Amino acid sequence: MSARTNLAGASAFVVLAAAALAAPAWFVSLATIAFANALVVLGLIVLWRAGLVPFGQALYYCVGAYTVALLARWVGITDAFVMLAVSGLIAGLVAYVVGFLLARYREIFFAMLSLALSMILYGVLVKTETLGSTDGFGVATPTFAGYAPHREALGLALYWLVLAVGALCAFAVSTYFRTTAGALAIPIRDNEIRIEFLGLSVNDLIHLKLVIAGVVGGLGGALAAMSIGHVDPNMSYWTTSGGFVFVTILAGASSVAAAFVGSLVFEIVRTVAVDLLPGFWQMILGSVLLLTILFLPEGLGSVFARLRGAPDRGAP
Amino acid sequence: MTAILSVRKLEKTFGSVVAARDISLDIPAQQTVGIIGANGAGKTTFINMITGYLRPSLGTIWFEDRDITGRSSRQITRLGISRSFQVAQIFSSLTVMENICAAAAIARGPRGALAHAWRPLLSADTVGEARAAAELFQIGAYRDIRAATLPQGVRKLLDIAMAVVGWPRLLLLDEPTSGISIEEKFSLMDVVMTALKSRNITVLFVEHDMEIVSRFADRVLAFYDGTVIADGAPAQALADTRVRTFISGTRTVPEAVAGAG
Repeated sequence: MSARTNLAGASAFVVLAAAALAAPAWFVSLATIAFANALVVLGLIVLWRAGLVPFGQALYYCVGAYTVALLARWVGITDAFVMLAVSGLIAGLVAYVVGFLLARYREIFFAMLSLALSMILYGVLVKTETLGSTDGFGVATPTFAGYAPHREALGLALYWLVLAVGALCAFAVSTYFRTTAGALAIPIRDNEIRIEFLGLSVNDLIHLKLVIAGVVGGLGGALAAMSIGHVDPNMSYWTTSGGFVFVTILAGASSVAAAFVGSLVFEIVRTVAVDLLPGFWQMILGSVLLLTILFLPEGLGSVFARLRGAPDRGAP
Repeated sequence: MTAILSVRKLEKTFGSVVAARDISLDIPAQQTVGIIGANGAGKTTFINMITGYLRPSLGTIWFEDRDITGRSSRQITRLGISRSFQVAQIFSSLTVMENICAAAAIARGPRGALAHAWRPLLSADTVGEARAAAELFQIGAYRDIRAATLPQGVRKLLDIAMAVVGWPRLLLLDEPTSGISIEEKFSLMDVVMTALKSRNITVLFVEHDMEIVSRFADRVLAFYDGTVIADGAPAQALADTRVRTFISGTRTVPEAVAGAG
């Protein structure tokens, strides 16, 4: 079954990669941002399955983005692969450090503490004049192992990079879900006492989930920074985190593919909504969320699960 | 027979409340011990100290020639002491088989969470042990049923099966028959005790039904006011005057003792 899922994922990857050649540039750029954000959502799903809703996942998104921006500005590195590796590493490190605190909390306390941590970064960035304060600053154009494309070629290169990183992370996370540490997410939600009395630390399991979510969140932020070409403190603001939670509710936690589908649907709905009702686009987004909760309480991903006849148990 | 569990001068106080005091005893390997006592007599406190949930205020606990006093529940579980719960602690969103598989993967796997990120949950070993445990506790027929919808008796058996997949040498059962109808109690205990005997597990079980205790225990520990007031073969311990007065209720309380208590 996992071989079939991997095959489906690989086919989707090839189709999406080829589609970029036919799709208009604006759509390629929309999909690039959507899939970069999907990485953060992927991390949210890892935590979501264990019943944890982080309201501050933008922290890692922002750390990843600023790492890319600062690598170019301070160190002069513009190679996309190096920037990605360093961003993922630093975001993972931040997650590892704050994990010692966060892994001890659950439910609303977990949500609020993660929110507080992301707002601390926001506050620090806003007060840091050398980093452009609330305006942020520009990100140098990335190069790809010596290849330095411009304009549409750059857009395509970034899209393929996002797609490749997304596919790798999706594969890694879905593999993780089949390991004991990953598959214990639902048991953690159901009954921590039993896990402890079987001889395993629930806090350690959650700490690992936080690091995984941090790394993919950082990669998402790094890719978003390269695509947008600009970073600012809003990347760590609570509304950004809220957006990721929104997409996770829309997508559901039932599969890794849902993160990408959900994120793409979200970006399309937002773009169309802004086009249709420039002043009231949030109303359309809100309505979509309401309809999702009412009719698809386990998210878009549950549609595929239902078609396969598998039981739904993704959402907390 | 050598003692698998030895406790000496065990005491637990919560402020001015003495929940357990002066408990000293040895449990030989493979003995089945029934623990009786009224509510608040210290039975669960005793179990909680052995499983590391509570740290004793005084005294020592030895398990297989190792001092385990004050160690964490996780460490104690890894050393070979397992427990079941008065209210079954199961993963209610998972099926019976998934529950046992998860338990087997944790209990038979490495200590660290990180090491579990490199092991598949459904390894041949995990699934094999889970099947064996389901067979042993006769819950194979329910294997694909979600735990949340199970009948009470099966929940209890599942809870105990999950405690056994790590092959503990000592198992503490906290009221295995609580919430079970009188008609089902004996057949449930038959299944449990046969399964545990086949794995040579030393058992301590808390029980309120004296008939169950007489039938299944080799030895009875009677708790009253935080300490053991009778310790011996069921016939002997249950005939004890204080046990009949304070616990089994087969002897009425004499005026003088009632006044003193």
